[in-house]
Amino acid sequence: MNNRIDMTFERLKKEGKKALIAYITAGDPDIETTAELIFKMIEAGADAVEIGVPYSDPLADGPVIQRASARALRNGTKIKDIMKMVEMIRKNSQIPILYLVYYNSVFIYGVERFMKEAYSAGVDGIIIPDLPLEERGEVFELTKKYGLHLIPLVAPTSHGRIKKIVENAGGFVYCVSSTGVTGERERIETDIKSYLEEVSKYTGLPKAVGFGISSPEMARNIKDYCEGIIIGSAIVSIIEKASTKEEMFEKIDNFIRSIKKVL
Amino acid sequence: MENTTGRFGIFGGQYVPETVMNALTELEREFNAAIKDENFIKEYRYYLKEYSGRPTPLYFASNLTEKLGGAKVYLKREDLNHTGAHKINNVLGQVLLARRMGKKRVTAETGAGQHGVATATVAAMFGLECEIFMGREDIRRQALNVFRMRLLGAKVHSVDSGTGTLKDAVNEAIRDWVARVEDTFYVIGSAVGPHPYPTMVREFQKVIGEEAKAQILEKEGRLPDYVIACVGGGSNAIGIFHPFYHDKEVNLVGVEAGGFGLESTKHAAKMARGSIGVLHGMKTLVLQDEEGHIMPVHSISAGLDYPAVGPEHAYYKEIGRAQYVAVTDDEAKDAFIKLSRMEGIIPALESAHAVAYAIKLAPQLSKDKVVIVNLSGRGDKDVEIVTNLPEVML
Ligand SMILES: Cc1ncc(COP(=O)(O)O)c(C=O)c1O
Repeated sequence: MNNRIDMTFERLKKEGKKALIAYITAGDPDIETTAELIFKMIEAGADAVEIGVPYSDPLADGPVIQRASARALRNGTKIKDIMKMVEMIRKNSQIPILYLVYYNSVFIYGVERFMKEAYSAGVDGIIIPDLPLEERGEVFELTKKYGLHLIPLVAPTSHGRIKKIVENAGGFVYCVSSTGVTGERERIETDIKSYLEEVSKYTGLPKAVGFGISSPEMARNIKDYCEGIIIGSAIVSIIEKASTKEEMFEKIDNFIRSIKKVL
Repeated sequence: MENTTGRFGIFGGQYVPETVMNALTELEREFNAAIKDENFIKEYRYYLKEYSGRPTPLYFASNLTEKLGGAKVYLKREDLNHTGAHKINNVLGQVLLARRMGKKRVTAETGAGQHGVATATVAAMFGLECEIFMGREDIRRQALNVFRMRLLGAKVHSVDSGTGTLKDAVNEAIRDWVARVEDTFYVIGSAVGPHPYPTMVREFQKVIGEEAKAQILEKEGRLPDYVIACVGGGSNAIGIFHPFYHDKEVNLVGVEAGGFGLESTKHAAKMARGSIGVLHGMKTLVLQDEEGHIMPVHSISAGLDYPAVGPEHAYYKEIGRAQYVAVTDDEAKDAFIKLSRMEGIIPALESAHAVAYAIKLAPQLSKDKVVIVNLSGRGDKDVEIVTNLPEVML
């Protein structure tokens, strides 16, 4: 089994380090800049990139990523552009790449076609935030067929469901930090320790925590209980606020380094 | 058609974030227990009668019938419910369920504002905290209902994303629910959303059809030939259709918003122009582009201005049990004026779509035929929208 996600978590484990999974919305501000930003994040120490496929109705996202999606769609970003970008990145890097994509995008594209093209482009994992256990059957099989991991999501409210959710899954378990949509939070109220211990009861897969993590302090408080940290809105927010490309690249570089340092 | 799996044929399902899955399971369990509980049903019926004023009349529209010169037209007067629309039937059911589950905060999305008003009303009566999500554009065009909700003590959130209409309000209400799932009961206003909502809303709206059936049997000694209802998300329509499901001789007709016409891009005709997709937790017919992005829709009536439809309607269409037609903004306005002038009943613009189709259909039918139109709501809220019509200008 040589999925890049698995290999990366194995390597980090040996090094005694935790993964930084960096999220970015494809096409925001434009697809070329997204590619450049991904290279910057890799240079700065990101261990995996999660590429958001922009969608008109991103139900699991807060205002920051909603606006990024809207900007990307206004630019006319299409799935084929994103596939091409991944192909290009893959020629230059072996970093694990995941798609964060809403189910309707996959459904309308054709589930099999989507997975096949994603695999050919060099994608390693798929995250679908609105596809719970009960609905994932077909998608789960097709991701497996193409050697992709369908990353299972668990939430602090998942009591009694975790065992089934992680069954036969691969890659890592995406542990949603708290109830609510994506977006920076000042603090996370969930008792992360007992929450993640409960997840560990059912799986030996790496656990990555996401939703609301926006500072090195927050990452430091969580990292001992998991194998990875996912950061999204805080990155997208830097992209949104930057007035020049240089400023954007510099701030992204500094931010990724500041998080990576504590992991 | 019983539904225990959350599917109507291929339609329905639960396409929502994991965070709310346990809450949906709990809701399904509580709902199934409640509707089998005599005390719950008694309480629900009590409030329908004493608070909302049910049963609503089935009124023979004699002037309209005579003018059209064909089938007899009856109006199911849901506009006479407390708060002025059918929405309260469902709200009473869901809020009673919320109380049973010990929830202190209720939320709702609203388009025309009728569902928001009904929710704010029932929440006021039961002393629950109430927050309503409403699109920016709908807040503008249904201002009267915004005042009513505020007067009733609800907090109204303006939703700016997307086109600032019903779809965006539902998105925001779902996001809020994902954040506050532990203390909040999300009162969905139409027969849409993830399972068990479409089934639950239908069960709380089917009183419309049950009454209409008994009333027409009493008045005409037989079942109607047609039952006509407007379709936004589909709650008033499924409420009146469902009890006639097995009566194959009854033609069920859903009327969707044709806006500027189906050849334009400005309509909300998901039945005529939609394709299978996923929105708001359900697989159903959706107006979307070639990459599955939901398209902006348009209707003069805020309550029909929605790009998807409840999964049970998608199923009725697929199996041919109901037929769905579209009526334009202009035809709806015309029906709005006609019903006001002929019967002294000002319909909601949503309901005016159903009336408009009856106006087209009745003259083609012989005089012994019987048509029931579900008059889902009253039109006070819409008077401002039609003030530029020559019939209304001073
Ligand atoms: C009076 C009235 N009729 C119909 C509708 C459309 O909703 P549904 O299709 O769920 O009945 C609305 C929605 O706001 C309404 O207010």
